[in-house]
Amino acid sequence: MSKKTLIVIGNGMVGHHFIEQFVASSAASDYDILVFGEEKQLAYDRVHLSEYFAGSTHADLAMGTENWYAEQGIELHLNEPVTALNRDQRTLVTPKGEYHYDELVLATGSFPFVPPIEGREHPHCFVYRTLDDLDAIRASAKEGKSGVVVGGGLLGLEAANALRSLGLQAHVVEFAPRLMPVQLDADGGALLRHKIKELGVQVHTEKATTAIVAGENARLRMNFSDDSHLETDLIVFSAGIRPQDALARASDLDVGERGGIVVSDQCTTSDPHIHAIGECALWNQRIFGLVAPGYTMARTLSSVLNGDSDAAFTGADMSTKLKLLGVDVGSIGDAQGQTPGARNIRFNDEQTGHYRRMVVSEDGKTLLGAILVGDNSYYDTLLQYALNGIALPDNPEALILPVSQGGAPALGPDALPESASICSCHNVTKGDICCAIDAGSSDLAGVKAETKASTGCGGCTALLKSVVDNELEKRGVAVSKDLCEHFPYSRQDLFHLVKVNGIRSFRTLISQHGKGHGCDICKPVVGSILATCWNEHILTTDNVPLQDTNDTFMANMQKNGTYSIVPRIPGGEITPDKLIVLGEVAKEYDLYTKITGGQRVDLFGATLSELPEIWEKLIAAGFETGHAYGKSLRTVKSCVGSTWCRYGVQDSVGMAILLENRYKGLRAPHKVKMAVSGCTRECAEAQSKDFGVIATENGWNLYVCGNGGMRPRHADLFATDLSDDELICTIDRVVMFYVRTADRLQRTSVWMENLEGGLEYLKQVVLEDSLGICAELEEHMNGIVDTYQCEWKTAVEDPGKRKRFREFVNLPEQRDPVQQWTTERGQRRPVLESV
Amino acid sequence: MRTRTCWNTVCTVDDLVPESGIAVWTNEGPVAVFYLPHRLPALFAISHADPFSGANVLARGITGDLGGEPIVASPLYKQHFNLKTGACLEDESVRVKTYSVLLDGNRILLETRDTHQEAVAA
Ligand SMILES: Cc1cc2nc3c(=O)[nH]c(=O)nc-3n(C[C@H](O)[C@H](O)[C@H](O)COP(=O)(O)OP(=O)(O)OC[C@H]3O[C@@H](n4cnc5c(N)ncnc54)[C@H](O)[C@@H]3O)c2cc1C
Ligand code: SF4
Ligand code: SF4
Repeated sequence: MSKKTLIVIGNGMVGHHFIEQFVASSAASDYDILVFGEEKQLAYDRVHLSEYFAGSTHADLAMGTENWYAEQGIELHLNEPVTALNRDQRTLVTPKGEYHYDELVLATGSFPFVPPIEGREHPHCFVYRTLDDLDAIRASAKEGKSGVVVGGGLLGLEAANALRSLGLQAHVVEFAPRLMPVQLDADGGALLRHKIKELGVQVHTEKATTAIVAGENARLRMNFSDDSHLETDLIVFSAGIRPQDALARASDLDVGERGGIVVSDQCTTSDPHIHAIGECALWNQRIFGLVAPGYTMARTLSSVLNGDSDAAFTGADMSTKLKLLGVDVGSIGDAQGQTPGARNIRFNDEQTGHYRRMVVSEDGKTLLGAILVGDNSYYDTLLQYALNGIALPDNPEALILPVSQGGAPALGPDALPESASICSCHNVTKGDICCAIDAGSSDLAGVKAETKASTGCGGCTALLKSVVDNELEKRGVAVSKDLCEHFPYSRQDLFHLVKVNGIRSFRTLISQHGKGHGCDICKPVVGSILATCWNEHILTTDNVPLQDTNDTFMANMQKNGTYSIVPRIPGGEITPDKLIVLGEVAKEYDLYTKITGGQRVDLFGATLSELPEIWEKLIAAGFETGHAYGKSLRTVKSCVGSTWCRYGVQDSVGMAILLENRYKGLRAPHKVKMAVSGCTRECAEAQSKDFGVIATENGWNLYVCGNGGMRPRHADLFATDLSDDELICTIDRVVMFYVRTADRLQRTSVWMENLEGGLEYLKQVVLEDSLGICAELEEHMNGIVDTYQCEWKTAVEDPGKRKRFREFVNLPEQRDPVQQWTTERGQRRPVLESV
Repeated sequence: MRTRTCWNTVCTVDDLVPESGIAVWTNEGPVAVFYLPHRLPALFAISHADPFSGANVLARGITGDLGGEPIVASPLYKQHFNLKTGACLEDESVRVKTYSVLLDGNRILLETRDTHQEAVAA
């Protein structure tokens, strides 16, 4: 039997989700699948669109890869809009040709509504929906000073924040008397307005724009119906969305009065071979402008096409929780209290800017809806009460009172029924999570991978974590991956938060995702993450207080408070002249001198104030910092290799120098050591290193995750006979994957032992690109190589940074009286009276 | 006999590093001055000497808060000291000396024993 053809129009979030569901189903083998997308990019995470301004790229936001589509045998037509349907022949038309379908899925989403205001075609007027829109806004903002968002709804406020982040003075112009008229009530809206104003965004409510004309002091001027006006350099319209139903209209499918393609519970339109899902579909007179209901429709339709006669879309919850311009806002169920007989309980603290409202049923037993402004920590519990119809306690007000005023603690995960929905994007219940754990998932990451929970909008992250932790605990598994009392996250979570949200300071991170002011556990971890992500100098004002003393003063503190200095000697190769400089400097400052295990020279006993002078001399002689103080690459040890050794088959010294210069300075969860041996005799002991390279007749064998020291581990053979380029590319990927996913102070050896799937998994990720992240890993590594700076060079050249190296700031000549010396075996060593 | 004290200028605001410490020399020896801008008061001063190693290093530790109390961690063996009381969190029997410290315009003033007056009196 020849295959039928299934075509999906629209490669947005829902269209992509449908494809994912469908190709995994049994019916997939009956169809050839084609996808048409109007945008030039592959489906991306529109929900997190604004992160594009914070540095995320399309690759970061993408929901899949073109490779993946190809592997599934799907014909992908991006940048090719469908312009017409011919339902009688079952064909569709694009600028490039005509295609036949047997089943057609419309996932065309929606388009931003631009009110018919005179002058709206002006080139500096935009909408906020696609990556292309954002590129255009960014370009326009470059030359501008101010920007207006028309529309004070959820998306409008997000757009206003984006304008602010582009350095513009942002304004919001809203037609209604308050912000977020759909989700909030008057009190909530007023409070939100106040908070947003405090953040420097101007809010203008009850303004109807009549015309946009050329401005006097800015590019544009908006005239309002009350005769007032506002000048601005650009305008973003965010006045609501309209379902993209043009194709359906033109081909006489049933559409709603106010737009939207009419669908049945099976997501099928008035033509039995045409289906519609996502924001373009009108179900029961309703359009769903959120991603979760669209995903549910996608799953329903996939089941329908698999012949499941029970599959039906039954509506969806429209509750939302978000942070708008840093202000928590939540809206649950019947937020406006429109259910007959509904009663309200309100908590309003103008002092702290917290507003909470509960809408309860007439009998006071169930929660119908809620509004939160200022603190979303109440959201999860309230949502669970509302969604699962859990009976309210006798004193329901306790659910929204601050704990100090008799408020109830959050609903523990134990109180939730098995059927409670935890992740609404992927329809994961508490029961599903328990199943995943019973089937072997042993941590949050495992449960996420297994159930997909929390991989949609991410709003359920905290709730999911508490359910998983609770279930694991019940099964006797010790959990808490919390870094410390300030951050309820693991290092890997923090890395992700920093990267994805473009966070560049400890302050921002802790205020948004932690509490308190930090400590000696979390500060260095975050310092290291910031360094890996953005590679700024570790002595910038923001970074200084984050570092361990060793990192702050870029030397290793010894037991009497003096420091040791280790200049970099790549591959252990050093010219006699440079060796002489080391000797001269050591002599001048009376430094105890010792050869290290990593083929370099350690100079002990320098005082704080001597450090910059000593480094000035070393730098003049061509030395660079050796990062012996940092959680970063230490040395690449090598044997002399084929240049001198009669057994050598490759130039191990040359390779060691290449590697050392490439990875120097990279900040990692812990120190990283490497070695290169010139033949299998392994004189450089490469197999006891994090990365060991051993020469072969044909190239290089790579060993990973070995360790010497306290807990020795033999490295695992990872890849064989690599060329120079292949070797570097492979190490790049493994190093970056380690940096991104390891825990605090976890050496590669322990990391590997804890990696689910172990060596095989790592091979898949790195050698087969199973996660589709290799390009990103390499790019990240290349970025770090390109921005390398010798920290000591930067420090000695900057008087501001040098100031830090004063032993006593008020008395430069004062020596530390505790530091006493004696001589042993011809060198100086400390005496320290025991205390 | 009551100990006499005196206030001396030890440095200026520019010498301070936010969220971190610096060391100054006083007539009582080395003192560590910390500046935690998010707190009120924002200045703390304790002895610079780490009681566990004897080395003068406390100003070079990482600052922060534990259970809401301002702390510094010794850079050598990582014990934590309460910046308000000098108490060591890991060992109740250990406490480092604390000093009163004030901001006067641009100058940082520190209160120490008035060794000069004591000598005169004696
Ligand atoms: C800034 C922003 C923030 C958001 N925040 C949230 C949030 O926090 N939570 C939430 O749940 N939702 C949020 N949303 C809404 C969410 O993004 C949408 O619900 C979701 O993207 C809908 O998916 P879709 O596939 O139906 O439509 P889309 O993702 O819009 O995809 C439709 C695709 O079809 C293409 N298309 C249209 N017509 C044609 C044609 N004729 N031929 C070929 N291709 C065509 C379009 O170009 C588009 O790529 C946000 C949206 C935006 C813009
Ligand atoms: S590893 Fe091989 S090449 Fe290197 S020194 Fe030993 S024998 Fe020679
Ligand atoms: S082995 Fe122990 S004593 Fe020797 S340098 Fe390492 S930590 Fe210090």
